[in-house]
Amino acid sequence: MSQRPYGLVAEFDSPAAVLRAAEEVRQAGYRRWDVFSPFPVHGLDKVMGFQNSRVGWFSFVFGAGAFIGTMLMIWYCNDFDYPILIGGKPMFSPPMSVVPSYILLVLGAAVGAFIGMVALNRLPRHHHPLFDRKRFALVSRDKFFLAIGANDPKFSEAETRRLLESLGGAHVELVEDE
Amino acid sequence: MAESATQLESLAPPTELRRMAPVPADRSLGWLTDKLTAFNEGRTPLWWWVLFLPAAFCAAVVLPGALVYKISTGVGVWGNNMPVMWGWDIINFVWWVGVAHAGTLISAMLFLTRQHWRTAIGRAAEAMTVFSVMMAGLYPAIHVGREWFDWYMIPIPTSNGLWPQFRSPLMWDVFAVNTYLIVSTLFWYMGLIPDLALMRDRAKTRVRKFLYGLFALGWTGSARQWHNYEKAYLVLSGLATLLVFTVSSIVGMDFATAQLAGWHETIFPFYFVAGAVFCGFGMVLVLLIPLRKWCHLEDIITLAHIDKICKLTLMMGCVMGYIYAVEFFIAWYSGNPYDAWVFGHRMFGHQYWYGGWMMIVVNASLPQLFWIKKVRQNLKLIFVIAVLINIGMWFERFTIIVGSLYQDFLPANWGVYYPTWVDVASYVGTLGAFFMLYLLFVRFLPMVPVSEVKAITPCADPHHALGGAKGWRA
Repeated sequence: MSQRPYGLVAEFDSPAAVLRAAEEVRQAGYRRWDVFSPFPVHGLDKVMGFQNSRVGWFSFVFGAGAFIGTMLMIWYCNDFDYPILIGGKPMFSPPMSVVPSYILLVLGAAVGAFIGMVALNRLPRHHHPLFDRKRFALVSRDKFFLAIGANDPKFSEAETRRLLESLGGAHVELVEDE
Repeated sequence: MAESATQLESLAPPTELRRMAPVPADRSLGWLTDKLTAFNEGRTPLWWWVLFLPAAFCAAVVLPGALVYKISTGVGVWGNNMPVMWGWDIINFVWWVGVAHAGTLISAMLFLTRQHWRTAIGRAAEAMTVFSVMMAGLYPAIHVGREWFDWYMIPIPTSNGLWPQFRSPLMWDVFAVNTYLIVSTLFWYMGLIPDLALMRDRAKTRVRKFLYGLFALGWTGSARQWHNYEKAYLVLSGLATLLVFTVSSIVGMDFATAQLAGWHETIFPFYFVAGAVFCGFGMVLVLLIPLRKWCHLEDIITLAHIDKICKLTLMMGCVMGYIYAVEFFIAWYSGNPYDAWVFGHRMFGHQYWYGGWMMIVVNASLPQLFWIKKVRQNLKLIFVIAVLINIGMWFERFTIIVGSLYQDFLPANWGVYYPTWVDVASYVGTLGAFFMLYLLFVRFLPMVPVSEVKAITPCADPHHALGGAKGWRA
């Protein structure tokens, strides 16, 4: 396995500092970079140019699938495969099937949202190159990190390091990939 | 021109309209992190063992004992008999489902309505939901009598070719309770992921590092992850909110579809949702009042939080009073002699009259004390009221179930219901199991959502001076 670097990472003390740095990094034309923080930093979505998360689509597809699937299942069970007449009620009618279908819609949509979140975030992952850095453990505490990937077309170790240091990043370090 | 462009004076709102700070403003992120994980990382205190051991005994000995005896002998070991076919099993089922609902209301509904104060208590409430739905789900599974046929409730192809009967609310219950368990567990777990990563990053021992790391799924806290996470959290809380209204409605329909006086009421779905939330607020108070003190979280779960839960409890208590009034009114207004009989005997019968009075005195009247601010700040009194609310709501279900069943349409059929020791042991067992799970949760997982609490402090706001906004150009 080649020891190509993962990228350069810099540490910041406050959400405002990292937000400012993020804006500068974007304006410098970098494409493959990310910010790591103990909580979602307000305004970062805009600076990083995120589109609306696709989690909602996962949820919608799973939920709609569960609803339609349950409707079909009830029709199949109670009307097609083994019809039993109970109290003269119709073998299948949407109103009576809506309640279980609706409940499984909630279930499907919730599972979909969770799977969407996990899948879009590429989780679960066993390891991350940044975990090798001792200081990165502070990311869940009170430090903010900005990493610029070595696979960025504009990445050059000296140039990028200078940029990060000029933005006030502390402990700017090259991180090896695993 | 200069005169017309007068400086806008920012008027400070009067004290009673000022929003409470969700966490005291001068706390740094590091301080919060240390504070909120201290209990998980410190030594196990004595009180934890004193509570845990009896609870674990109930969960590991009493509950399995009662269940094994009941399953191996038959449903006759319970007090259920004609005409009271539903006894403590269903009372406890409804009670546990009810306890769950307030947790979801706090963690999901108050999230959707942007009530930031809910952040500090959201996870504790959600954990209560998860564990009490587990306890609730146990009862329908064992009350069917022949537990080895439980799988009939699942729509799977069999050689018999039989399918579940989807027209029955009892069947809807199966889906509703299981969905509730899965969705609230997912919601709770997803909220935990960033904090599990925090525990992983702070862990000193290999075992802790491994276990927290395993369940943190490799969370790094990158902006991309947060972006998807926040969206998923929003979607999940919206879905969980739907369940607050659905699950107990369906439990209410279990009753309302029966032709029995005292059950056959259109208000039942709403009645059960309101009762569930009311009872659950009682349980939240019972859990949080001691835990905030023993886990040294008075700065985080403040008196203002308790005050707000008390107000919500008061509101739900008023709703309960309204529903009781409507029930009695309809019993009279409908002109149905059976309804009038049941509701007359609910208050003045020779049996079970105390249940009816418990409903009026404890559930509808006692919370009215929360109108008084002094009461809302007296933790001991609140604790007593909250315990009484839980007991009162248990008696409400007792009154609805046993009180409506024991005198049905044929006087020759009437009977009296007494629980047996197996009924009591099952209930005590589930109480023990619930508290055991809750104590384990408090001990090993951050009871307060650390990342969420941090996110609502001024330190987390990039446009606030504490968030480093000095020199920030707008």
